[in-house]
Amino acid sequence: MNSMHQTRLFLIVRTILLLIGSVFVGASPAVALNGQVQIHDPSTLVQCNGRYYTYGTGGSSLVSDDGWTWRRGVMPARRGMAPDVIHIGDRYFQYIGSNPGGQPHGAINMIWTRSLDPNSPDYKWEDGGIVAKSDGVEFCNAIDPGVLLDPTDGKLWLVYGSYFGYIRLVQLDPTTGKRIDPNDKPVNIAINCEAAILIYRDGWYYLLATHGSCCRGADSGYNIRVGRARKVSGPYLDHTGLDMLLGGGKLFLGSGGRFIGPGHFGLIDEGDGVQKFSCHYEADLDRGGASVMDIRPLLWRDGWPVAGENFKEGTYAIESVRTGTALELAVEGVPVGGRRSRGARGGGMFGGTGGGPIPAQDVAEVSANWPTGNIDIRMANYLCQAQQKWTVTPVADAGGYLGSPYFKITVAGTDRTLAVGEDGELVALPSFTGGHEQLWRLDQLTDGTWRIMPKFASTSKESLVLSAVGSSFATLAKFDPNSDKQRWLFKTP
Amino acid sequence: MMTFRNLRVAALIVLAGSAFLAITVTVGCAARGPDPFLTQSPSIGEAPPADGFIRRWYILEPIGANGLTDSAVQTAVKKDYFPNQFTVVPRDGDRVTVGETELRWHAVETNDYNVNLYYFAYDLGKPTSNVLFWAVTVIHCPQEIPGVRLAVGSNAASVWWVNGQEVIGIYGDRQTVIDDGVSKRLTLKKGPNVVRGAIVNGGGATDFCARFLDKDDRPLQGFVVTVGDAGE
Repeated sequence: MNSMHQTRLFLIVRTILLLIGSVFVGASPAVALNGQVQIHDPSTLVQCNGRYYTYGTGGSSLVSDDGWTWRRGVMPARRGMAPDVIHIGDRYFQYIGSNPGGQPHGAINMIWTRSLDPNSPDYKWEDGGIVAKSDGVEFCNAIDPGVLLDPTDGKLWLVYGSYFGYIRLVQLDPTTGKRIDPNDKPVNIAINCEAAILIYRDGWYYLLATHGSCCRGADSGYNIRVGRARKVSGPYLDHTGLDMLLGGGKLFLGSGGRFIGPGHFGLIDEGDGVQKFSCHYEADLDRGGASVMDIRPLLWRDGWPVAGENFKEGTYAIESVRTGTALELAVEGVPVGGRRSRGARGGGMFGGTGGGPIPAQDVAEVSANWPTGNIDIRMANYLCQAQQKWTVTPVADAGGYLGSPYFKITVAGTDRTLAVGEDGELVALPSFTGGHEQLWRLDQLTDGTWRIMPKFASTSKESLVLSAVGSSFATLAKFDPNSDKQRWLFKTP
Repeated sequence: MMTFRNLRVAALIVLAGSAFLAITVTVGCAARGPDPFLTQSPSIGEAPPADGFIRRWYILEPIGANGLTDSAVQTAVKKDYFPNQFTVVPRDGDRVTVGETELRWHAVETNDYNVNLYYFAYDLGKPTSNVLFWAVTVIHCPQEIPGVRLAVGSNAASVWWVNGQEVIGIYGDRQTVIDDGVSKRLTLKKGPNVVRGAIVNGGGATDFCARFLDKDDRPLQGFVVTVGDAGE
């Protein structure tokens, strides 16, 4: 089932629930990308001429123009297992595992090209030879490569290994992509896992590796674990202090929702404090249990990576981290349950109405007094009122960005649509008509808050995003990753 | 420090020609402590301090008003109280008649980031609850400044205009918070720009603060605030 079918189904179910009198508040499950996303062991995503590419086991590849909708790509010059790709200078290096003599007799070959676009004159895979191997006796299975270009010193590192014994580390030449010294003894840094890869952040090297079993569909126990070290050579300890050489590893991502068996982490650093990761699920239950790729936000908490979730459609209060106030239509709010003077009715000042529960505000009732045309958007204290609740819905066939489709944001129960007006300021239009100024990109930042960006700004250098420094009018401003002005929370209304 | 009250005391002493008359001076109220926040504004221009807050204002003595909801405040501030109320740039001591009451404009300077209207009215023996204060100032810009935003805080509700255009309305029983109400982006023209506010208080303390923010939300500099003769 594709995402839009699921969206429609969800809307039908929600309508039925509302019709039978149930109160629905909340969010639907996220979906894993759009289009042809079936792949196993995808490499780290790389960009070439504005397109995203990834390569998987068996010579499979996927390509996308926007990071949301994917299609089959062209098979590279060499097929193998669980490749990884890195872009350094003018070269794309691809490392590919194989077991020519059967496991654990393994080898990692490198091929390289100057373009990933098959239509480019620079698209030509060159053979770079073997960069690591295992002889079938030693306690290592040399497949499942992962590469890191160390941002602190420019050194290139390769980790590899798959369940049989150790995960190992060797150094490569960032200019040629080849092993600096084939005779250097590899360093053992973990054991009994696979799909290892290194990332670096704030003085720590993180080793992400996949534990559990693969290739069993919904019975796969794949899960991604992490340890960290001050030196690239380890020791990589988990949050309990257990060395990954002894089987340690803090859970980063396990099965959940409709997705079973995540594995093969790949970092996507979009800059400006926005990080995401790619992985595959052994079984996407919404796609018949097929193995598919996903792209999700990468968060950081207490020095550890945390798997975020792509935005889930639903109804929310949208709160500014900076101000603590919430986005609302600039209309006079009506207190939930109606206006009351202090102590005038019921059980006195603190006795409420003296009656039973006060129902949620009926937007159809209170919106009768709202202007029919465009309405300003402002910030105000959240008081559970109708003009403060926003329904966020994915929009079909409107494109997307890494991991998600574009969304529309409407006042719950109405067609009033958050948009960017002709003057460049925020406005609520009477209805959604599909313009780029009405479509929103929602990126979860590494602290778990959200960045809200109109589609038309998504591809501009300015990166204009929703920004608030006080109440009254929020505005659009250039994204400043060091400020909380442009960080937002989506809360249960 | 020469406060309003002290100024009035001195004037009355001279008028009475008596050294024994310096007892009470404010209208309808016994003598109260000196206003700790406001002094009479000098008429020379002043660049804003580093935090950008506008410290010099003309304040009109309070007018009775009730209600803090959006509609109540809008009704209160849009009511015709005195001629040219949305265009006038008063001078210190100018008087207007609202209903049966004659009210006076005061050119004031605050020694803090905010203008304390409670002590302003209290010191004059005027009511502080269920009232509306008009505030006006003039800022002179050496050149056009686009993309700025007026940012105010007020206790309680307030509505603001820049060069006659309504740019902010913040409503309800609220306290003064810096940059609580922020306008859309606007352009300050070269030369004088008139900033006008109407602050409506329900009960208790009442004050406001105001500054401009530049395109990066930093306090705007590079202009001069004038009240008194220089503001004409």
